[in-house]
Amino acid sequence: MTTFLTGWGRTAPTPATVRAPRTAGELAAAVAAAPPRGLIARGLGRSYGDAAQNAGGGVLDTTGLTGFTLDAGTGVVTAGAGTSLHDLMAALVPRGWFVPVSPGTRHVTVGGAIAADVHGKNHHVDSSFAAHVRSLTLVTADGVARTLTPADELFWATAGGMGLTGVITQAVFGCVPVETSRMRVDVARTRDLDHTLEVMAATDDRYRYTVAWIDLLARGARTGRSVLTRGDHARRDELPPGTDPLAFAPATRLAAPPWAPGGLLNSLTVRAFNQAWYGRARDRRIVQDLAPFFHPLDSVAGWNRIYGPRGFVQYQFAVPFGAEDTLRRVVSRLSADGVVSFLTVLKRFGAGTPGHLSFPMPGWTLALDIPAGRPGLAALLRTFDEQVAAAGGRVYLAKDSRLRAELLPVMYPRLEEWRKLRQDADPGGVFRSDLARRLSL
Amino acid sequence: MKNALGAVDSVLLLGGRSEIGLAVAEALTRDGARRVVLAARGGATPGTEPAVRRLAGLGAEVHVLDFDAARPETHEKVIGDAVALAGDLDVVVAAFGVLGDQAAYDADPVSAAAAVAVNLGGHVSCGLLAARRLREQGHGTLVVLSSVAGVRVRQANMVYGAAKAGLDGFARALGDALHGSGARVMVVRPGFVAGRMTAGMAKAPMSTTPGEVARAVVRALRDDRDTVWVPGNLRYLFTALRHLPRPLWRRLPR
Repeated sequence: MTTFLTGWGRTAPTPATVRAPRTAGELAAAVAAAPPRGLIARGLGRSYGDAAQNAGGGVLDTTGLTGFTLDAGTGVVTAGAGTSLHDLMAALVPRGWFVPVSPGTRHVTVGGAIAADVHGKNHHVDSSFAAHVRSLTLVTADGVARTLTPADELFWATAGGMGLTGVITQAVFGCVPVETSRMRVDVARTRDLDHTLEVMAATDDRYRYTVAWIDLLARGARTGRSVLTRGDHARRDELPPGTDPLAFAPATRLAAPPWAPGGLLNSLTVRAFNQAWYGRARDRRIVQDLAPFFHPLDSVAGWNRIYGPRGFVQYQFAVPFGAEDTLRRVVSRLSADGVVSFLTVLKRFGAGTPGHLSFPMPGWTLALDIPAGRPGLAALLRTFDEQVAAAGGRVYLAKDSRLRAELLPVMYPRLEEWRKLRQDADPGGVFRSDLARRLSL
Repeated sequence: MKNALGAVDSVLLLGGRSEIGLAVAEALTRDGARRVVLAARGGATPGTEPAVRRLAGLGAEVHVLDFDAARPETHEKVIGDAVALAGDLDVVVAAFGVLGDQAAYDADPVSAAAAVAVNLGGHVSCGLLAARRLREQGHGTLVVLSSVAGVRVRQANMVYGAAKAGLDGFARALGDALHGSGARVMVVRPGFVAGRMTAGMAKAPMSTTPGEVARAVVRALRDDRDTVWVPGNLRYLFTALRHLPRPLWRRLPR
């Protein structure tokens, strides 16, 4: 069936023929019978841009490849690539295990988490998802299922490879033991950006999970003021007596309306939200559930619709330590221009993985949402791209929907190496996506 | 591919020396297009050189193909070659055309038929071929340079106007045929465009320039619009003119 697909940002829709294989065997057969304009795997569609769409070609919906087993002694999980982290958590948490890395939403698949090599608030301690993968099964262009381990180069071309080396059907990865389904969280406010960076650098080591939310609408001396949330899995003795320590039942409290006018998120509404968020925050310690700590936006179903019919762009970049000036310049410019961003998140990265196109690098990463209809946005982001590239940084392909191709080799210096591996694995170019065409991957 | 903010990667310009067409190609290149194919009669000649230099200076990889609008049997190869050079065609601008002079057409009806063969027949063949390719791609826009001259044909301009009227109707129907395929057709209706094509002619009211047409086209591409009038308020003027009683229309100057 031909369907128009977009990423989570709801921009640039293109049509593709979507097939949903129910087994790895059906999937391999679909790969062997790839249409002329090729195939790309798609999980839950949480990439913001065009990574999981393929204009005029085929898209393989992998969400039918579910099912998983847990080795309760070691916490090693073997999961079908279409299994969502939500389903994993719902089953694992009550048994005392948590996924090794969780991005800002639970609604991603295991296959997507590897293909984008996703990171979470624990990156400074635990690196990204692929670092925890022991092995994966990849159906390559010839329709053959291969088992790859971190000793294989193709494993690392696949981790962060945006689905362009083949389709992941299964993965084996280690989980982390937890005593409870709650988080012990320290909240702290900072005065400005330098203070934010300073506090994060000084205190990150004390917490497994840290993130800063920046109040972009604060200007002048307050530019970059933030609310830091830093947490760890709570111990059993930290819960009030009588609570079920491993209960996990995240609620979707709200649903965004099926349509929203384009101007709903304007500087007034976002300013009110930002002021409330920053103003409400106090330096304090709280115990909260996993879901509101890791996935606050998942409580609003379809929150991506609030940006209106034109959709939005998520801009996320990383710069290495030492390039804090670039971060300062970008944050100052965003604040000065009054860029309306609902959530602006700063995180300190630790060591990356050997993935050729894996995004995280030791340094700082900033992510923000901007309505796509904002006048002058293309030029503004282009300026940022150049500054980020010049600083040795990069933008995140799973979020990208508008980067110019010529900056890609600068941002990802191992691109050529990756291209050779992909060429060997897929000489006929079976695996293609709009992202790959747009960026000449 | 068109990106989230409406910028494209590749442009094929049919009518590689057209002032409006080149202005569109240049505007798209400034917005990020990386590959431009100019299809011009005679291929790369001293006449195409300045445009190639300008586009290359903006960072595009530029190719020039030989293209004769009056020879539809060659058009399939032109589109095929353009795809071989540029890959997926994100925007195809059909900008070729001849204006001519009604008095000369009156004196030489054979030349009038030849002008219509270019202004309508050439566009029909190129349009069908481009649409086929865009449909296969599942994305891309065919930008057709129509004219307000085709909205209601005037006696002073009947040969050119009739061809544009036919082209306008063809292009809109082609857009309907592509609906749901991911590919689109955009019909551009400029008024009097002050440029090489109209050099020496008295300027009509509400005249525009190739640069303004280009800006309007880029904006409309970003917004996925099907029709664009340049300047925009010509839409209202011509809606009124279309309903003007014939005895009055006949007496209008020019």
